Amino acid sequence: MSTVNTASLWPRLEPLLARVQKPARYIGCEDGAATPIHGAGKVAWLFAYPDTYEVGLPNQGLQILYEILNERDDAVAERTYAPWLDLEPLMRAHNVPLFSVDTHLPAGEFDVIAFNLSAELVYTNLLNMVDLAGVPVRTADRRPEHPLVIIGGHAAFNPEPLADFIDVAVLGEGEEVVSEINDVVREWKASGRTEGSRLAVHKALAQIPGVYVPSLYEVEYDGQRIAAITPKYSGVPEQVVKRTIADLGLWPYPKRPLAPLTEVVHDRLAVEIFRGCTRGCRFCQAGMITRPVRERPAEQVRTMIRNGLRSTGYDEVSLTSLSTADFSGIEQLVGDIVNDPTTCGQTSVSLPSLRVDAFTVGVAAGVANGRRSGLTFAPEAGSWRLRTVINKLITEEDLYGAVESAFSQGWSRTKLYFLTGLPTETDDDTLGIAELAANAAKIGRRHTNRASVTVSLGGFVPKPHTPFQWFGQNTVDELRRKVQLVRDATHRAKSVTVKWHDPRAALAEGLASRGDRRIGNVIERVWRMGGIFQEWTECFDVRRWEEAMAAEGLSMEWYVLRHREESEILPWDHLTAGLHKDFLWQDWQAALAESGVEDCRWTPCYDCGVCTGYGIEHVVASPIPPAGGSQGTGQDLATGGLLPEPVQVALGRRPRPEVDHSFAAGGVTA
Amino acid sequence: MMRIRIRFTKLGKVRFTSHRDGARVFERAMRKAQIAIAVSDGFTPRPKMAFGLALPVGAESLGEYLDVELVDRHDPAEFCELVNRGLPAGFDVVAAEEVTKADMSLQEDVVACSWLIELAGVSADVARGEIERVLATETLPMERSRKGESRMDDVRPAIEMLSVAVEQPVTLAATLATRTRGLRLNELLMVCFPDLDPIDVAGRVLRTNQWIERDGARRDIIPLPDAVVPTSAPQRVGV
Repeated sequence: MSTVNTASLWPRLEPLLARVQKPARYIGCEDGAATPIHGAGKVAWLFAYPDTYEVGLPNQGLQILYEILNERDDAVAERTYAPWLDLEPLMRAHNVPLFSVDTHLPAGEFDVIAFNLSAELVYTNLLNMVDLAGVPVRTADRRPEHPLVIIGGHAAFNPEPLADFIDVAVLGEGEEVVSEINDVVREWKASGRTEGSRLAVHKALAQIPGVYVPSLYEVEYDGQRIAAITPKYSGVPEQVVKRTIADLGLWPYPKRPLAPLTEVVHDRLAVEIFRGCTRGCRFCQAGMITRPVRERPAEQVRTMIRNGLRSTGYDEVSLTSLSTADFSGIEQLVGDIVNDPTTCGQTSVSLPSLRVDAFTVGVAAGVANGRRSGLTFAPEAGSWRLRTVINKLITEEDLYGAVESAFSQGWSRTKLYFLTGLPTETDDDTLGIAELAANAAKIGRRHTNRASVTVSLGGFVPKPHTPFQWFGQNTVDELRRKVQLVRDATHRAKSVTVKWHDPRAALAEGLASRGDRRIGNVIERVWRMGGIFQEWTECFDVRRWEEAMAAEGLSMEWYVLRHREESEILPWDHLTAGLHKDFLWQDWQAALAESGVEDCRWTPCYDCGVCTGYGIEHVVASPIPPAGGSQGTGQDLATGGLLPEPVQVALGRRPRPEVDHSFAAGGVTA
Repeated sequence: MMRIRIRFTKLGKVRFTSHRDGARVFERAMRKAQIAIAVSDGFTPRPKMAFGLALPVGAESLGEYLDVELVDRHDPAEFCELVNRGLPAGFDVVAAEEVTKADMSLQEDVVACSWLIELAGVSADVARGEIERVLATETLPMERSRKGESRMDDVRPAIEMLSVAVEQPVTLAATLATRTRGLRLNELLMVCFPDLDPIDVAGRVLRTNQWIERDGARRDIIPLPDAVVPTSAPQRVGV
């Protein structure tokens, strides 16, 4: 059995750090870092982020669970990140295994290695890190002395491609379930982790709601299709249901946010203001799997900001959520932060995930206090028609209003994010992107000669547990063609530049997103060919994925490009985020019929299954949607929204919009 | 408004942070202590802070300096204590004094730095031999590039002092001039051990002093107080 007591690897690591770039990413020493004291009665957790320190450190999920476990008497948690390409070969050459950054202990000595997976292209990094830890990459080869490999995060909602490599996948929010897992692992540890005890601990873990143990399930195939996914043992649940905390206010974490010594991607205090989103964008996996909406009490948000700024010394706060401008009373909150006398007026606010229809001059003015970096809006599609298909119900006027707000408040750079390759997308829709961008740039130039609009094009990858999970992804050639259409159309547009993501990476992402267990061998092959850091352009090569598919006799077309049928058993059908499959299918049909649905936080329920299934409800402080645009209430969605309110020009209280909750008024057929 | 100059140490794991990282660490430490730093005017206000000569990433130091302009007046001793509370282990403010605008900027003022350099894979005898060779030469031409142009510099005058300070582990003591162009640590190692890659030669490196000249005499910018026992000073190099 293993109790972490091995000496620190630091003396062996130190000489290697003189030879690598940015060695500060391996030293730990952050503000807010725990001082872990290991012991026999404590379960040792190693939280792993399968990307660089700079990308992984700000991850809030990891910070929250790290802190919750370190508060327990029977647990201790440390962190690790993927060593960059220059350090890894040195580690292997000098027999230095993967290490924690807190106390530089060997990863293999922990009881649990828990990976946070926010995206799919990191899967090969997971294998690489497990291997670097000295742990067999395949679950079947692990012995009682090896750690349990656990995954969580959004990508864990289809863990099937990783089924052969993980012990456990946890679905949903981790605040409560980590402690339940800790109890089981603690007992396993106390029992001496005897020969053959891995199966027993797997079975015990499978009893915890939200915990999925892939090795306890059998997948039968009928040709290419899945015939059945069934538990191998009695007592193992047929369906695993995600975990959700009812009240975000009970979990004011992180209380001691991590502030690193070196620069990271989101280098500011992050405070989560709400969780979940019911805007119902059909492409958005995050919005589907994190329902319902749970706002954090505004007073708690203020306290977390005050304490967080004091403990980290940051001068910038990011208010995080899936759609930050939807928070009840957002303008007031932003104003309070920037006007807080205790911070000498030096605090600035950044709002990620801004919906254009809620970005008003008031919000813009507050955010603008301090540094003005670029602002990003995500209209997602180039025409109102296509936006009704994907249910991103913002009008052109909303977008122009938001752009006007931004430029009028002193921003000179705006980024517009779009997806291409969406269901039913025509060339007219794609070309609409260029038109929106050109018009936005025109608005900008009314305010400043330096106005610039950057169009960022992402190739759409359909995700599990969304209404688009049945959609066949566009081919690489088709995505390329659409990018070219936009490029050609914006060629002459003043102040517009176009950037795009590599459509080949979208292909690999599509494979990993909706793959089944047979894709596991492909991931292992790509890793063995050296394909790590696949989300980094300089490391990605689609040929590795194509070669691996060919070697396994699998068809990219079948896995990625094919439309699924209603009757088909999807690889993740035994896992649920609480959404009824019927609801998702009906919403898919509504999408094809170009029919939008309103936000159920402010309008009647569609019975997607989440609130009723969990017996919980939306927690929203204000029953009235934020003003300024097409909030899906009281406007004619069918025509593209005729009534967007003019954007409020004054800071301060806004007139309350007339709210009409009657469904008919929205002109929506559900 | 007041301008304050601090001497601080950088020891242990934090030696792998960069010069830029150090600036952010101090900025945050002051904000934690609610000490307002004066900021520059303009569209993107920057805190008014200036460091001494940059320390190579990976090197430790007993003598780093920072000038910072504060909005309010603070007692220097109290300032040290407040800032230290917010600094990570390894960064320690050991002394502070008020300076005026008339004082020269740190970067312009420093004439030389002293170093202790642990050697890896070089014996004391070999090191002594190479040092004797280097010190015996009258000129040491070295090709260096400056602003994209390659030129020959005589770097011998920049080596003010060089000796083997400790036998085990072999540790050199060196004082290197910083003007006009001075000599970098890496360059010193290349001069002493031309057949070896400096990265293979250097073990731990410690800057002990940054020297200025006043009235013809050389002194520390701020002397290291006697009471200072650095938290993680490398004892083995005899500091």
